Amino acid sequence: MERHQGDEMTLPVWDNTTAQEIIESLASEPGALLPILHALQERFGWICDDAVPAIAEALNWSRAEVHGVLTFYHDFRRSPPGRHVLKLCQAEACQARGGREVTQRAQQRLGIELGETTADGTMTFDPIYCLGLCASGPAALIDGAPVARLTAERIESLITKALT
Amino acid sequence: MTVRLFVPGDMAAVAVGADDVALALRVAATKAGLAVQIVRNGSRGLFGLEPLVEVQTASGRIGFAGVAATDVPALVAADLFEGSNRHPKCIGDPGDLPFFRRQTRLTFARCGLTDPQSLDDYRAYGGYLGLERALAMTSETLVETVKLSGLRGRGGAGFPTGIKWDTVRLAPAAQKYIVCNADEGDSGTFADRMIMEGDPFVLIEGMTIAAVCVGATLGYVYIRSEYPFAIAAMQRAIQTARAAGLLGTGVAGSSHAFDIQVRVGAGAYVCGEETALLESIEGKRGQVRAKPPLPAHIGLFGQPTVINNVLSLAAIPFILAEGAEAYRDFGVGRSRGTMPIQLAGDLRNGGLFETPFGVTLGALVDDIGGGTASGLPVRAVQVGGPLGAYFPNALFDTPFDYEAFATRGGLIGHAGVVVFNETVNMAAQARFAMAFCAVESCGKCTPCRIGSTRGVEVIDRIIQGQDRAANVAVLEDLCETMKFGSLCALGGFTPYPVMSALTYFPQDFGAVAPQTETVG
Repeated sequence: MERHQGDEMTLPVWDNTTAQEIIESLASEPGALLPILHALQERFGWICDDAVPAIAEALNWSRAEVHGVLTFYHDFRRSPPGRHVLKLCQAEACQARGGREVTQRAQQRLGIELGETTADGTMTFDPIYCLGLCASGPAALIDGAPVARLTAERIESLITKALT
Repeated sequence: MTVRLFVPGDMAAVAVGADDVALALRVAATKAGLAVQIVRNGSRGLFGLEPLVEVQTASGRIGFAGVAATDVPALVAADLFEGSNRHPKCIGDPGDLPFFRRQTRLTFARCGLTDPQSLDDYRAYGGYLGLERALAMTSETLVETVKLSGLRGRGGAGFPTGIKWDTVRLAPAAQKYIVCNADEGDSGTFADRMIMEGDPFVLIEGMTIAAVCVGATLGYVYIRSEYPFAIAAMQRAIQTARAAGLLGTGVAGSSHAFDIQVRVGAGAYVCGEETALLESIEGKRGQVRAKPPLPAHIGLFGQPTVINNVLSLAAIPFILAEGAEAYRDFGVGRSRGTMPIQLAGDLRNGGLFETPFGVTLGALVDDIGGGTASGLPVRAVQVGGPLGAYFPNALFDTPFDYEAFATRGGLIGHAGVVVFNETVNMAAQARFAMAFCAVESCGKCTPCRIGSTRGVEVIDRIIQGQDRAANVAVLEDLCETMKFGSLCALGGFTPYPVMSALTYFPQDFGAVAPQTETVG
């Protein structure tokens, strides 16, 4: 689960056979759907729509119900992320420590808005609401690794470092 | 002799380079041919000190604050491994700092001091004494002890924990559950995270005592995905407890069976609401359930369920070990015991401050918190997360207790205190509160689902100066509807930050006559 800063996200391409194995290995758990979706995203970095009928079949749910859960939670991606993922905290405590400026600089450096991926697929830039680093903000996760005490200059250099 | 070093493995310490520091220390020790043990402790909770390196000496621990990996050669040259206090980064025994000396740490007694993953350390500091006492009691005596302690739910609602337990205890069912709400989504809060990373066995022990009391055999800890370190720490500690016979069939040699599973959230703030959390564990959309029925009667998978916040459950081992009176004797009025308050935002001394109820907001911000880190004057303080009111300086005499905050139109929630300096635009904060509610609404009830989106639009019109008086009236009316018509606290409490911003800081919303920031 923990990744180190700057690690390239080398995730395998979506593969229905592996997905099926993951689904079946967890289907008997009580309340299995979230663990299944987490396991799929952990493996592939996203969840292909192909998984929806497969999960529905395994859990004996309707496709609509599985789709409903998949799309309810902010964490689950329905398309592959960029090779790097920056999740920058947008919540109040980070705002109080200059988070809005840090967000603006990241947007400028990447040329995209929150929730988007750069056109060349190098970085996905997502909002996150609180990492619990509220006395050390602004804070972010870069490829899963936490960073704090960010400034506009520091986020710019961290992005540059991740991209090169 | 092995030198014992402490470098926090807490996510907030790692976020400012603690892993690199630990690695540099190990490399330096190897080079010097020294045997070292580097304990990855929890954070003591004064985050400005991180990364805080501590060395065990014959006369106690000494700390080095704000250490970077590049500082390590100089620290070693100044005899850090020998326990010398020569280097200028040495702050002596961190426990002697006023920030820590002024605390009453009951729940956080071990956090930052022990090796979080060592069951021996946990026991050496009084761990599992509470469970031992609990196992010697009848379930009736046990629940009376919790009631007598005066403990109220630390997640925000403040419902008496003992009464909740008793309801589940008396509910007839073949299967009961203990659910720990570790979906600590409020901005400005991190106490649950710190406990799970820094003292995970206290939570396991608290859940086990709850299970023994009500007759539950399975527990779930629902941890938000934004807390990867806490997830890993809890999973590891649960395995250790299982291996030691403290979870599983025959807990600690008794006839009680109890086990715990970790479930991971998926970025939905509303899942911190207890019924949405239960839906989420069941694998569904995190939609709020109408109450009644209470989870204590019909909870997880339709069975009687104790659902408590991390801090409520983590307070239990102390109450059992030291007695209900020892806990109850702290605090004021109907707010008994201690509260782990989290000081955050633009504060010099941001961190975890556990203290009996009754301390004033002003003392927390100006005195204990040391004022703003930026040096700019304080303008507003948000207490209780995204659903908490913004208080101006004029309300700094409010004592920290459930009722006092409610009387002033606020709430203490999960006890997060976020300080904003004079550069804050309160209209933007009010807009953010509505926008956050719109993003996070589960969609089940109309006031929250639609009201939040309309709220953003109305605030935008007020900021732009369109029919200001009429739109302020619409916003007030909308907030009233959300407050009384929403199913849960998300829609019901979003009006708190919005209305407090509008009431105390009207000039930020383009009020014509300049008004002073006084209590309305």
